[in-house]
Amino acid sequence: MAKMIDRASGLGAPATPEFEAQHQAWEGSAAAGRPRVGPGSGAVDRTISDVPLKAVYGPQDVAHLDLARDLAYPGQYPYTRGIHANGYRDRLWTMRQFAGFGNAKQTNERYHFLLSQGQTGLSVAFDMPTLMGYDSDAPQSRGEVGRCGVAIDSLADMEVLFDGIDMGKITTSMTINGPAAIAVAQYIAAAEKKGISRAELGGTIQADILKEYIAQKEWIFPPRPHMRVIVDMIEFCTAQMPKWNTISISGYHIREAGSTAAQELAFTLADGFAYVEACMAAGMDVDSFAPRLSFFFNSHIDFFEEIAKFRAARRIYARRMRDRYGAKNPKSWQLRFHTQTAGCSATAQQPENNIVRVAYEAMAAVLGGTQSLHTNSMDEVLALPTEKSVEIALRTQQVLAYETNVTNVADPLGGSYFVEALTDEMERQAEAYFAQIEEYGGVVEAIEAGFFQKEIAEASYRYQRSIEAKDRVVVGVNAFARDEKPGDMDLLKITEEVERAQARSVQDVRANRDAANVRASLERLQRACRDPKDNLMPHLIDCVNAYCTEGEITEAMVQVYGRYTERSVF
Amino acid sequence: MADRPLRIIIAKAGLDGHDRGAKVIARALRDAGMEVIYTGLFQTPEQIVQTAIQEDADGIGLSILSGAHMTLFPLVIDQLKEQGAEDVVFFGGGTIPPEDAVELKQRGVQAVFTPGAPLQEIVDFVEARCGKRRELVG
Repeated sequence: MAKMIDRASGLGAPATPEFEAQHQAWEGSAAAGRPRVGPGSGAVDRTISDVPLKAVYGPQDVAHLDLARDLAYPGQYPYTRGIHANGYRDRLWTMRQFAGFGNAKQTNERYHFLLSQGQTGLSVAFDMPTLMGYDSDAPQSRGEVGRCGVAIDSLADMEVLFDGIDMGKITTSMTINGPAAIAVAQYIAAAEKKGISRAELGGTIQADILKEYIAQKEWIFPPRPHMRVIVDMIEFCTAQMPKWNTISISGYHIREAGSTAAQELAFTLADGFAYVEACMAAGMDVDSFAPRLSFFFNSHIDFFEEIAKFRAARRIYARRMRDRYGAKNPKSWQLRFHTQTAGCSATAQQPENNIVRVAYEAMAAVLGGTQSLHTNSMDEVLALPTEKSVEIALRTQQVLAYETNVTNVADPLGGSYFVEALTDEMERQAEAYFAQIEEYGGVVEAIEAGFFQKEIAEASYRYQRSIEAKDRVVVGVNAFARDEKPGDMDLLKITEEVERAQARSVQDVRANRDAANVRASLERLQRACRDPKDNLMPHLIDCVNAYCTEGEITEAMVQVYGRYTERSVF
Repeated sequence: MADRPLRIIIAKAGLDGHDRGAKVIARALRDAGMEVIYTGLFQTPEQIVQTAIQEDADGIGLSILSGAHMTLFPLVIDQLKEQGAEDVVFFGGGTIPPEDAVELKQRGVQAVFTPGAPLQEIVDFVEARCGKRRELVG
């Protein structure tokens, strides 16, 4: 029997003389190698986020990692290797394509198409007025109705959106933040009108307002009252909707705004911990709500960096939830996440190339252990996607799931010297950011000081400069470009008629409802806004059932809370 | 040669919060020696043109990624006419399909830059066009 190695649980094996000689020989030959020349050769020594890279990784790079403490097996704390023991063997990720455009009827038709093509969950994209709390006939909405998502003004639209869809069976993700609580109220009301109880509803509401101030900029109220609305919603959904993911803490938009991978990781988790602390401060037991928290990350084009980011996210989260917040339920330690491929990696030039980018990004998400995935369509850099391009995007996931066999082994990259070293580096950089945020006094204070916004603007400018300098190649943009003539692609058009019709439709809703009921329910809502002990959700459901429009409900709340304005930095 | 640097307004209109591109362009123009005023988000066409007039700007760059470009760009052009500021160089960018870009240029937008446009190209454009305007207007 071979002699037992005297290392309890280290990932890096101790070097034998023979292996050390091999290592030294490699160092010698690598040093003698000439660096590559030509396009993109300026960035071979770092990731897209400027994390330094060595030419090769070996046991010495992971010697400090402890197998039990840092990795364990899939399904085991700290979940570096995934939250499921079997990876994707017993259950694939949910294929969930984000969709919405025009009016509720048009989007409802797209949903029926996607479900008929094998999609397994719905994901609602709202238009800008809906996301900002304005009705379709508001002056602020001109030109925006139905353009980058579906217009939902009142319960009447939500009823049409889910017409013919079994809300008790299908799960729905809704990407909306400022008016998130109103959208949940509308979803509950629409289901209950069909006889489906709120307890049966499965899905996710994004409701991550902190990242709006940091990156996406779809806010309504200032941060502090907004946090109260979110905490009320989490508390209500935790108590009454056991299958509902009460929040989706999102790094996607932080990355799209130009952050690095480590910033996306750190800022998103910091936001997550801020919600945990806010809920605990409101008197909730951490194990009551934490199992329903979920996350949403970007999958960018730097393949291994993304995989490392996902793995680090799980490990950091598990450690903090258990050790800092005292969570006892393993479900509270498990970071579950949705992924979307990086819109900002897509190019308007040679848009068909985006299909290939999306495929690599999707594979990184799957090798990183995502629970659900949206693959972008090739034409989204130019317009909302056509049915054809959405189908290709969905097929990309199906090829990945059913043909490549990457799903057959859980965490296939676990133990890779490089991936483990990079995972560790991601964790280290995130911890350094947590320390900086704490110096500000917390996430809200750091937002108010413009810290995140400035960090992201710097990173995005640095990245753009590296493209300009051709240190990095973007195929079809700064290398391998060709002349293109406009109009090569069929694009989805949203007509101005959609806006006019939707404006008429919300006016019809206002004309055909019980005005006294509208007034009374809005007044009760305003009273609740002034009373921090009165949960807002039941009042919002009343308003929605009275067919108050989203704009009216928002305006009633703005009268109490005010509207946020940003101090812009660039 | 102008005795003071070119002054450019970088603007976001409507409800669109995508400000990454606007901020990168603002930085690039500033680094190229221009004075840049970034309006911040959610400006109306009226406000944008008023800012340009008050600041005696040489150019306005408008960024729209929400799909509202065919409404908001023409509204800015209308305002430039209405407020007598047609000499201000008006350009823009965002997720704008090629046919729409062609139409916007016909309607008076001097250049439309889409994702992937090199910063240097934008800087060169602004220097050339706004420089020419300065020579004419003084």
